[in-house]
Amino acid sequence: MTTATVMTTLSPADHRVTGPRVLRSETAKVWSLRSAKITVGLAMLFLVVFGWIFSGTYDPASTNQGPVDYQDAIGISLVGANFAQLVLGVFGVLIAAGEYGTGLIRSTFMAVPRRLPVLWSKAVVAGVCALVVGTAGAFGAFLIGYGLLPDGVQLPLTAPGVLRCLFGAGMYLGLVAVFGVALGMLLRNVAGGITLLVAGLLLLPELANLLPRSWNTTIAPYLPGRAGGAVMILYPDPQSLSPGAGLAVFAAWVAVTLAAATYRLKRTDA
Amino acid sequence: MIEARALTKRYGTKTAVDRVEFSVRPGVVTGFLGPNGAGKSTTMRMILGLDKPTEGTVTVLGRSYTGFPAPLTEVGALLEARSVHPGRTARAHLQGLAYTHGIPKSRVEEVLALAGLSEVAGKRAGGFSLGMGQRLGIAAALLGDPQVLILDEPVNGLDPEGVLWVRNLLTGLAAEGRTIFVSSHLMSEMALTAQHLIIVGRGRVLADTSLEEFVRTAGGDRVKVVCADPGRLSTTIAGPGVEVTGRGEELSIAGLGAREIGTAAAREGIALYELTVQSVSLEEAFMDLTRDAVEYHARSLESVGGSR
Repeated sequence: MTTATVMTTLSPADHRVTGPRVLRSETAKVWSLRSAKITVGLAMLFLVVFGWIFSGTYDPASTNQGPVDYQDAIGISLVGANFAQLVLGVFGVLIAAGEYGTGLIRSTFMAVPRRLPVLWSKAVVAGVCALVVGTAGAFGAFLIGYGLLPDGVQLPLTAPGVLRCLFGAGMYLGLVAVFGVALGMLLRNVAGGITLLVAGLLLLPELANLLPRSWNTTIAPYLPGRAGGAVMILYPDPQSLSPGAGLAVFAAWVAVTLAAATYRLKRTDA
Repeated sequence: MIEARALTKRYGTKTAVDRVEFSVRPGVVTGFLGPNGAGKSTTMRMILGLDKPTEGTVTVLGRSYTGFPAPLTEVGALLEARSVHPGRTARAHLQGLAYTHGIPKSRVEEVLALAGLSEVAGKRAGGFSLGMGQRLGIAAALLGDPQVLILDEPVNGLDPEGVLWVRNLLTGLAAEGRTIFVSSHLMSEMALTAQHLIIVGRGRVLADTSLEEFVRTAGGDRVKVVCADPGRLSTTIAGPGVEVTGRGEELSIAGLGAREIGTAAAREGIALYELTVQSVSLEEAFMDLTRDAVEYHARSLESVGGSR
């Protein structure tokens, strides 16, 4: 067995690394990991189940004191988006930073030494998965709520703003997953990536509340979670950004993080 | 063909690789030898474009690794640290790499079979033993049918059968004209596999020599003879290239085989009490060479506890 060790001969000309090939590879890598399938499945579950529970138990009399968001059909049925954003963000962090933790990144970069296509492919895979799951989950939750909510609150799909909120939820969740990938590639560490993700989406708005009121009202609407969330709010309050502007601001946050991740990817040793 | 020119890597004030120069030629197995911390892994990572040299260059087949349009079909590598996601099966790991180059599924199965992993291909790599992990790494290195193979400590954790497999595999691939560059900190292993040696210590090249040359400068093979009349035996076998040392009835002879010495003794009627071939310890020669360059010296127990 000394010779004939390598049976197939492959010619470099037929096997160039191309964008679509890297994308194919990253897609296959996501679907061959249990943790990835679990996080994506959980996001779907959170959206649908929480929407279902909140819609089914909604009682107009007892929720009068609650936040404004939870008193319309969108606010009630999309309550699961708060949880889904975390798992989808974690999903993004995992598929990026997880490669650094396990050392797989070295194999990946030996196959794709230009590195950048790996980042883009991961961002696309995570973004598309989360977009599809988020949109499907949002529609599922809304339609379940439609069947359960009492007449005064129930809204049809055709009501103004409803479709914008549902598609917007999908787009927001898609961007959150890309945000996770960018944070994961930037920090190269799962725990660090998740910490920054939670901070960006949930903690910063809370911290902003500690600032003097005038500062808070100026800054808070531009924080990642608050800005992106604006697209899923049916009746925006005057202090938040408009749905379109909010999503654009969140997309800018994601773009800046991606740019920072790109810089680190190109400049530092793997 | 791998060529390093003034290759240097510094981390802060520490120089891991210091103006290293070498060429690795095709058709032979080249051993990259040095104690722990000598800069072997860092050098290999620079060859593979994972780490950027602080100064100098290193090329594979005449170009920098990052310039290859289809790197896996040119260069295959196994790194010392495991580089597999423990949650993925062996097959899925290789398939993920194969997709980046459009390498067919049949090739994935082929390298799995070649590495003896067909039966565990559907098992998650996290459960693999060190040896199986090494086999998976070698399978990944062979995936693209590369001309150049770079392996960092490939026999680490392998059982004797696995060690033999790697040895035969490397020799076979070199015979096909491929460039094989293998690192190790074990001289004994390299003596069996490599035809050429590049020995490093503290980031510098200490020797760049063929194995034969290394053996010769280390003292060559000697024969120990114990006989009734050492004086007469010495004069009988004396000749060009023959070196005899020793005292009393014991002689140490270089430049002649045990067979020739035995025949000569029989012809002269000298009784032999002992005739032993003594291979020089390459391990010792290697340690002599790298002694000053060892990063982490173990101290004896007395010297550690002696200060009390």
